[in-house]
Amino acid sequence: MSFISLLWVLLLGSLLGLELIGKVPPTLHTPLMSGANAISGITMLAALTLIVKAEGNVPLLIIGSVSLGFALFNVVGGFFVTDRMLAMFSRKPSNKK
Amino acid sequence: MNLPVIIKFVIDLLAVLLLALGIKGLSKVKSARDANRLAAFAMSLSVVGLLSYYLGTSGIAIQSWIWIIIGSIIGSLFGAILAKKVPMTSMPETVALFNGCGGMSSLLVALGVAIFPISNSVENLDFFKSLINDVSISVSIFVGAITFTGSIVAMAKLQGWLSTPGWTQSKVRHFVNIVFAVASLIAFFDLINGNTSSIWLLVIVSSLLGIGVTLPIGGADMPVVISLLNSYSGIAAAAAGFVVDSQLLIVAGAMVGAAGLILTQVMCKGMNRSLVSVLFGGSLSAQSTASSGSGEYTNITSCSVEECALTLEAANKVIIVPGYGLAVAQAQHTLREVTKKLEQNGIEVVYAIHPVAGRMPGHMNVLLAEADVPYEQLKEMDVVNPDFPATDVVLVLGANDVVNPQAKNDSSSPLYGMPVLDVQEARTVFVIKRGMSAGYSGIKNDLFDLPNTSMVFGDAKKVLNDLIGELKDLGVGEK
Repeated sequence: MSFISLLWVLLLGSLLGLELIGKVPPTLHTPLMSGANAISGITMLAALTLIVKAEGNVPLLIIGSVSLGFALFNVVGGFFVTDRMLAMFSRKPSNKK
Repeated sequence: MNLPVIIKFVIDLLAVLLLALGIKGLSKVKSARDANRLAAFAMSLSVVGLLSYYLGTSGIAIQSWIWIIIGSIIGSLFGAILAKKVPMTSMPETVALFNGCGGMSSLLVALGVAIFPISNSVENLDFFKSLINDVSISVSIFVGAITFTGSIVAMAKLQGWLSTPGWTQSKVRHFVNIVFAVASLIAFFDLINGNTSSIWLLVIVSSLLGIGVTLPIGGADMPVVISLLNSYSGIAAAAAGFVVDSQLLIVAGAMVGAAGLILTQVMCKGMNRSLVSVLFGGSLSAQSTASSGSGEYTNITSCSVEECALTLEAANKVIIVPGYGLAVAQAQHTLREVTKKLEQNGIEVVYAIHPVAGRMPGHMNVLLAEADVPYEQLKEMDVVNPDFPATDVVLVLGANDVVNPQAKNDSSSPLYGMPVLDVQEARTVFVIKRGMSAGYSGIKNDLFDLPNTSMVFGDAKKVLNDLIGELKDLGVGEK
């Protein structure tokens, strides 16, 4: 990918993000923040790339692995904790019956 | 284009689409939980896509697999355990911790590429390409480091491990932070000039900058900072995307970055604070005690739990205003017991939720939902405000600044202009509070001086427990 097209990707991605969040009820701000936070752990892909391309360079493998650990801590923890919060909202209607 | 490239392209496209749908779905109550799972699925899909691409092209060495597995297992395990164990009241600091680790991950990737240039990025680099490479590495390290140290400081302050040091409230801190920022710039230009060792200077000064910027910010503004840092971690991920040449990373990072900014804006509006004043104004309480609002109370009416119970029994409509103090006292379940009794007596009960009730927007809703409060009883500020004049009793529990009439009446007040709940319009207001201490803002609350306001002093949980006892004695909710 050329640098210019990557810049386009950046621009369009940002616009998409602005557009998606438009109207959110305050109830969901905390879960949304936490969910978006989990998505920011997408750097795990960069960490994976680093490990795959390390070609036996042990220090690089270690850096990549630590980075992957941090990212997955963010991703797994983030999604689980968001689910825990949201489970409390969705539980309500079934309880009332 | 060969097959692995096409497959990866399709999977990436699908992952971006699902992530966007996930974020979209998270903004509606009905679809939120599924949307969260959809986003989680999209993330796993993107990993499968990346790994299958490398399997189909260069192959993945056994050694790489080992390190992948070690990193994944340790990271996921700790993440999952923490997510399961952490109490709902500590949600803000948990999000801060996760967020900081995301920033750290971006930092490490950029650092790794900077120290050991990976094979495809060193081949035939012309000047322009190497410049872009250096810039994206620098941005990734700079933003990643600020996200990491800033989030850790935010978490430590919310947990009460760190207090706000006095010197950070003076002008000195601006000077210190400017020094850090300038040093980062110098390191950045040095790096572009080809001096690789200055990368360490960049890591150190941007980490210090993250601490220096976050440390002076008071507890009340911390949610805004966390939201902003969340946006930063997206930017760090996008920068890492430039480093390893991944469109998926750039899109996802940019989406989170932009969404985080919007959310930060929403929070600032709810607290009547501008982002600039949050970041550079220091702690609000430190300012306001110096300026205005530290007046004395002249007309405080204190009353017993028994009186409170009697008034509640005679009411037709009751509005509960829960605040951070309720969360701290872990009294949301006890509160639910009280309201259940009132409802059984045919009294209409509604919860008025200020946009920034609790510690983060929406945090109070989560806490009340945990205590089984029906979702329909939670009313947002704009919806509930016209109802106050027709309300018999308002119970203010651990909320303070969000019910201060000063925000509407006194243009000299630092709170002026902040949206508040008009509780003083109700016939009777009970404020359950430990003592006469001020709220986050450190400003006197005019509500407490009004003739229709009575203070019930005590810990929220204890008062509510006593209230249950009193209501029982009155035969409320026995039917």
